[in-house]
Amino acid sequence: MKIRVLHFASFRDAVGRDEESREVIEGARIDDLWAALAREVPLFARFPAMPPAAVNREYVPAGTRLSEGDEVAFLPPVAGG
Amino acid sequence: MFVTDSPIDLASFLTDARAGDGALCLFVGVVRNEHQGRTTISIEYQAYGPMAESELAKIAAGLAREFPAVSVRMQHRVGRLAVGEASVAIAAVSPHRAEAFAACRAAIERIKTTVPIWKKEFHPDGSSDWVDPTADVI
Repeated sequence: MKIRVLHFASFRDAVGRDEESREVIEGARIDDLWAALAREVPLFARFPAMPPAAVNREYVPAGTRLSEGDEVAFLPPVAGG
Repeated sequence: MFVTDSPIDLASFLTDARAGDGALCLFVGVVRNEHQGRTTISIEYQAYGPMAESELAKIAAGLAREFPAVSVRMQHRVGRLAVGEASVAIAAVSPHRAEAFAACRAAIERIKTTVPIWKKEFHPDGSSDWVDPTADVI
């Protein structure tokens, strides 16, 4: 199934684009997606655990199952204010 | 809208008080000229726009529940800001000052924790860094 992944801030710089469409297997969890990205992006591989993540603009815990058409984002440490 | 790419109109926050309000507490976050000993000449704020809007709406709803006497308005700027420009403004108005101060303080602390907004600091030598508030302060 197809999902959309958005990249922000330092993660955007590391990946080199602001969004991408990815194919994931049926029943994939958000941590599976992070693991796949970490195999491609050296910065991500250095993370000891999955960073905060959002599916369809809501924070979700590790283990969350993905669905066709989901908008997924892994969030670098936020620094608003 | 809570997130704007235009300069924040601070004067508009000063007219938020309702007839029954005796206190208006205004917090303004401002771009500073240094961070951990390095000179900053400007900051670029980047947001996950739609999620930032919904997280700010959740903060507003939470504050309305916890501080029913208080009305809170918040705005966060995105884009490239020079030193001295306002990055965030929060006005809390209420009949008395104690809850206005408390709600205003709670608002900025929550914004810094959950709202997906990031900042990149630009230095005089042309280099730049994304700020990581979770990194150890040297």
